[in-house]
Amino acid sequence: MYTFSSKLKTLSLALMIIGLLGVGYGFLSAPASVDEVKVLLQESHNAHGEIPATTSYAISESGDAVQSEDAHAEHVYHLLKNKPWSALYVALFFFFMISLGTLAFYAIQHVSQAGWSIVLFRVMEGITAYLPVGGVLLFVFFVLSATQNHLFTWMDPEVVANDVLIQNKTGYLNVPFFLGRAAFYILGWVLYRNYARKMTLAQDASTDLSNYRKLFKSSAAFLVFFLVTESMMSWDWIMSLDPHWYSTLFGWYVFSSLIVSAITTIALVSIYLKGKGYLEFVNNSHLHDLAKYMFGFSVFWAYLWFSQFMLIWYANIPEEVTYFVTRFNDYKVPFLGMVVLNFVFPLLILMNSDFKRVPWFIVTTGIIVLIGHYIDIFVMIMPATVGDQWFIGISEISSILLVLGIFIYVVFNEMTKAPLLAKGSPFIKESEHFHY
Amino acid sequence: MSNKVVQAMYNDDDILMDAVKEVRAANYHIEEVYTPFPVHGLDKAMGLKGTRIAITAFMYGCVGLVFSVWMMDYMMIKDWPQDIGGKPSFTFIQNMPAFVPIMFEMTVFFAAHLMVITFYMRSRLWPFKEAENPDPRTTDDMFVMEVIIDGNEDELIAFLEKTGTVEIKVTEKH
Repeated sequence: MYTFSSKLKTLSLALMIIGLLGVGYGFLSAPASVDEVKVLLQESHNAHGEIPATTSYAISESGDAVQSEDAHAEHVYHLLKNKPWSALYVALFFFFMISLGTLAFYAIQHVSQAGWSIVLFRVMEGITAYLPVGGVLLFVFFVLSATQNHLFTWMDPEVVANDVLIQNKTGYLNVPFFLGRAAFYILGWVLYRNYARKMTLAQDASTDLSNYRKLFKSSAAFLVFFLVTESMMSWDWIMSLDPHWYSTLFGWYVFSSLIVSAITTIALVSIYLKGKGYLEFVNNSHLHDLAKYMFGFSVFWAYLWFSQFMLIWYANIPEEVTYFVTRFNDYKVPFLGMVVLNFVFPLLILMNSDFKRVPWFIVTTGIIVLIGHYIDIFVMIMPATVGDQWFIGISEISSILLVLGIFIYVVFNEMTKAPLLAKGSPFIKESEHFHY
Repeated sequence: MSNKVVQAMYNDDDILMDAVKEVRAANYHIEEVYTPFPVHGLDKAMGLKGTRIAITAFMYGCVGLVFSVWMMDYMMIKDWPQDIGGKPSFTFIQNMPAFVPIMFEMTVFFAAHLMVITFYMRSRLWPFKEAENPDPRTTDDMFVMEVIIDGNEDELIAFLEKTGTVEIKVTEKH
C-alpha cells in the first residue's frame, strides 16, 4: 500500500495556496476600466518613443473603418480582462486532458487485452481520479464563462446579433446546449472511470473472470463513446473560441496532444513511485514501452500539427488562414518553439533504444514534452481570447501551480486507497515477467 | 583441425535455446545456429553483439533528408521555378511547407532501402548466392547448431547428445 508522504502533501497544498494567491492577484490586477488601459497604452507608446497610428489587431472584429484610439483601448481592455480567465482555462484544460488521455490509454489496454501494462493499472487509475474533480472545475468554469467573461464570444448576444456566420451556427453554439453537452461528456467519462475502477478492485478479490469480462466490454463501449465525444469536446471547448474558423482534423490534433501528455505523466508518476521504493514489479522494460509510446505519439503530434497547417497554408482560404496568421504574427516563438520541444527534442533524445530505459532521460524528456504541450494548449486558446496581449506572467504560472497542486493531491491520495498491483488480472504474471 | 565442426540437430526451438545456453555454459564455441524462423532471444543466448543497423538507419535518414532538400531546391527553386497555386517559388524557405512531405518520404526511402542493402551486404547475400545452411531441413522444421571442435571430439559429442539433439554429424567446415 502506498502512503501519501507528508512532504508531497505539503508540497501540493503549498502549490494550491501559492497558485490561489497568484490567480487572485491576476484577477485583481486586470484593468478595471477602459481609462486605465488608455493610461497603460500611452505609457507603453511613450516607452517605445513612437505613436503608431493603428496597430494590427483585427482578429475577429469587423474592421469597417480605421478604428479610433478609443475603440483600440476598449479592445485591449477586453483582451486584458480575459487574460486571467484564459490562463486559468489553459491550466484547467491541460490537467483535465492528461487525466482524460490516461483514461483512454487505460481503456485501450483493457480492450486490446495487453499483458505488459497491467502493473501500471493502479498508476493510471490514480491519474484518472482527477477526472471528476477536473470535470467539475471545468464545468463551473463554463458556467462562469457564460456570465462572467468573454472567452467564448458566441455566448455574447451582442456579438451574435452582428455576426451572420455565428447566427448560422446558433443551433449548435448556444449556452444551454453547450453546457448540456459538456455535462454529458464529463458524466460519461467519469461514469466509465468509476465503473472500471470498481471492476478492477472487484477482480482482485474474486475467483472467476466475470469482472474482467465486464471490464472488457465496458472499455470497448467507452472507447467508441470517447472517440466521438473527444472530438466534439475539442470543437466545443477550444475550436469554438474562434467561432468563424474550423478544421476537420482538430479533434485528432487535440487527441494527439492529450495522449502524449497522458503517457508522459504515467511514466513520470511511475518513475517517481519506483524511486520511492513502491512499484518494485515495474522494470525498465515497462518504462521502455512507455518511452516508445512517448516517442511515437510525439511524432504523431508533429504529423497532425503539420497536416493541419499545410492544408490551410496551401488552400489559402481567408477564413481559415486567419488562424495561422494570428499565430505567426503574435505567437511566433511559442508556436514554432513548441515544435522543437514536442517533436525535435523527443525525436532525437528518445530515438536511441538504450536511452528509453534510463529513468532520468525519460524524466527530462517528459518534463520538456509536458511544457511543450502546455504551450500547445496555450497557443490553441490564447490567440482567440487575449490576442496580442499575451505573456506568461503571474496569472499563467500561478494557474498552473494551483491546478498542479490539486492534481497531485487528488492523484496521490487516490493511490493510497488500493494496493499498487492489480493482482486479480488474468495477465498479471505476463506483466510481471515482461522483458524485452 | 580448427575448421572441423559438429552439427547437432534439434526439432524444437525451446530445446535449442536450452541447448545453446548449456553449450555456452560448458565453454564450447558455437560457430553458428541455423533456424527456419527467427527465434526470440537466441541472439542474446548466443552472446552475439547487438546490431548496429539502427545507427546506419539514422545516418541514411539524414542523407535522405539532405538529398531531398538539395533536390527540391534544385528542381523547384533554381532550375525550373513554377507557379503552383500561387505559392512563392523564389526562395526555398518560403516554399518549404510544400516540400516537407517529400523531405519526409525521401528520409524514409533512403533509410529503408539503404538499410536493406546494408543488411544484405553484411550478411553476404546477393543474387545466385549458394545457400550456406548445412542441411536443407533447416528451412523446414529443423534447427542446427554448429559447434567448433577444439580438443576432445568424443567428449563434445557425448556432451551434445545430452542436450536433447535428434541427430549429430561431424563435418569439415569450408
